[in-house]
Amino acid sequence: MRTIGRAVLISLVVALVAVQPAPAAETVKIGFITSLSGPAGIIGKHMKDSVELALDHLGRKVGGLDVEMIYGDDQRKPDVGKQLADEMLKKHKVHFVSGIIWSNVMLAVAPAVTSAGTFMIGTNAGPHELAGKMCHELFFTTSWQNDQTPEAMGKYMQDQGLTDVYAMAPNYAAGKDMIQGFKRYFKGKIVGEVYTKLGQQDYQAEISQLRAANPKVVFVFYPGDMGIQFLKQYAQSGLRGQIPLYSVYTVDEITLPAVKEAAAGNWETRYWSPDLKNEANQKYIADFRKKYGYTPTFYGAQSYDGIMLIDSAIRAVKGDLSNKKGMIAAMRKADYRSTRGPYKYNVNHFPIQNFYLLRAVQLPNGELEMQIQKTVFESHKDAYHQECAMKW
Amino acid sequence: MTLFLVLEQGLNGLQFGVMLFLMAAGLTLVFGIMNLVNLAHGSLYMVGAYLATMFVQLTGAFVLAVVLALAGTLLVGVVVELVALRTLYERDHLDQVLATFGLILFFNELIAILWGRAALYSSLPAWLSGHIQVLPGVRYPVYRALVILVGLAVAALLWVVVSRTRLGMLIRAGASNRTMVAALGVNIRLLYTVVFGFGAALAGLAGLMAGPIYAVQPGMGEQILIQVFVVIVIGGIGSIRGALVGSVIVGMVDTLGRAFLKPMLATFLSPSAADTAGPALASMLIYMLMAAVLAFRPQGLFPARGI
Repeated sequence: MRTIGRAVLISLVVALVAVQPAPAAETVKIGFITSLSGPAGIIGKHMKDSVELALDHLGRKVGGLDVEMIYGDDQRKPDVGKQLADEMLKKHKVHFVSGIIWSNVMLAVAPAVTSAGTFMIGTNAGPHELAGKMCHELFFTTSWQNDQTPEAMGKYMQDQGLTDVYAMAPNYAAGKDMIQGFKRYFKGKIVGEVYTKLGQQDYQAEISQLRAANPKVVFVFYPGDMGIQFLKQYAQSGLRGQIPLYSVYTVDEITLPAVKEAAAGNWETRYWSPDLKNEANQKYIADFRKKYGYTPTFYGAQSYDGIMLIDSAIRAVKGDLSNKKGMIAAMRKADYRSTRGPYKYNVNHFPIQNFYLLRAVQLPNGELEMQIQKTVFESHKDAYHQECAMKW
Repeated sequence: MTLFLVLEQGLNGLQFGVMLFLMAAGLTLVFGIMNLVNLAHGSLYMVGAYLATMFVQLTGAFVLAVVLALAGTLLVGVVVELVALRTLYERDHLDQVLATFGLILFFNELIAILWGRAALYSSLPAWLSGHIQVLPGVRYPVYRALVILVGLAVAALLWVVVSRTRLGMLIRAGASNRTMVAALGVNIRLLYTVVFGFGAALAGLAGLMAGPIYAVQPGMGEQILIQVFVVIVIGGIGSIRGALVGSVIVGMVDTLGRAFLKPMLATFLSPSAADTAGPALASMLIYMLMAAVLAFRPQGLFPARGI
């Protein structure tokens, strides 16, 4: 009897152990760095809101794993961004670092993250260094290389036969890339090339110089608050009616509500737009508007894509976060439903994608909206991928 | 042609300087009289811009909105003084810096909660959006010309108040020896509240004038605040005359540097070197000026002697 009893007891214990849930599945930790305070805080809000929407769409799981998001505010400062990344790597032991608006912040953060053996999934800044010599197998971006968008604008303006261009941008890594990219395809005359301080508020002095140089066209790159200020002051100077303004990353869903008619008719190039007709994008836009009550920008769409890309990678390795080779191979396929539609990765892990010409169109209700006019580039590659030594 | 351009840039510099002066006057008054370092001065500028933008949207009348916003900023200033700053006068400057830095964060978040993080839509009323002919060949925006006039008028008014009225006498007396003024039966606490409210209204005035030309958004105050501190260090801390001269110098140096430094460098450097050095140097100019003033005249150009 005693032995039978013991056997029953043992089998009961065994059975109990067997039906116990498997050891809690690993949690994936994602550090997301963006600017959440100060004048650029609104860009960070678009990105953070989009990340949260992506998590909603994924049922609050990434690649089937529970997810812990750690948000960090870089205040548009490279040193602060670097500190945040170090903290995420050492204290939180994150598996992915994502986000980053500013190229100068990206150049400080990305090498620190990838050299620690952690994935860096950029969702905005695309400095040329990271596309070329500094490319890394752990670095992916869901946005673009900085030069690409102004290349599209340069191409369009070249095709239009425009000349006597006055070019302006803030004096930092991306500003230089933008003008560089523009000049790669625009071969007409450039009568002035002006770099202003990053975060500058007043452009009256530059606008006076611009008027004196008497250009036929103006091309600018002024993201976020700088764009709001430049567009207002350009319109107030009375130049809007005289000298057409072409821009990149200046007139968007963040700046339009603040400047309205001061940007009416403005031309932009971009890889994405809210009116891009594909299922993933329509769902993203509709659910975003429903949840947050405003229209997202490309900053948001890229950040949404970033989470989806990470999701596809973890799914491909069945939740095994130690299988970095497997995740790299999966991400290279870009096998997820991007808000821009399907795209491929170049050797340097920058997207090969379309670029469109957009225009700020006034709607009957007086509001303005960016609308796609035509495709400028199809499957456009960045100019630096040959400098990247990565082979796959 | 070039002469006209220099003239136009001079006006731009003056306009920027005047804007800085409105901020610097309040900051330097508060420092000179109350011995308080107020980092949150930029927040009052932001409050002024937001109130004006809100009242323009509500009333549709620009002038009325300006009056309401001024009154509103004055009120906010008085409340901040009564609630937060009173306890700080006897503390050392580091405590004041910490506390008023806290106020910056508080105001930025409060504004973000009330109005959201996105910049508000603000524009010029039609009657202010034209241009005037200053000289044949020199057009200048009406609004910016108005900013210059308002700033100069405020400077004149401040001079009259400080040097010709009883309130001004008390302010000067309070700056030189506050214990003696209190001993003579003057309510120094009330005087402080009045001065702070006054300074807040000046910051609000700068903010509401900045609204239509800059982005009205949380954190807008800190961008101008740094330059304002440069102004009062150059002009002499606590001195209104110093604030005026310092503002105009900083406004001119910054504007003319941004406009003409690169072309000047290009005459003896290669174009690419001028391209790199020009903007970098232009954005450093006012700080180099400040460093020079600190080295050769640490008390500033017009040190306060009872203002």
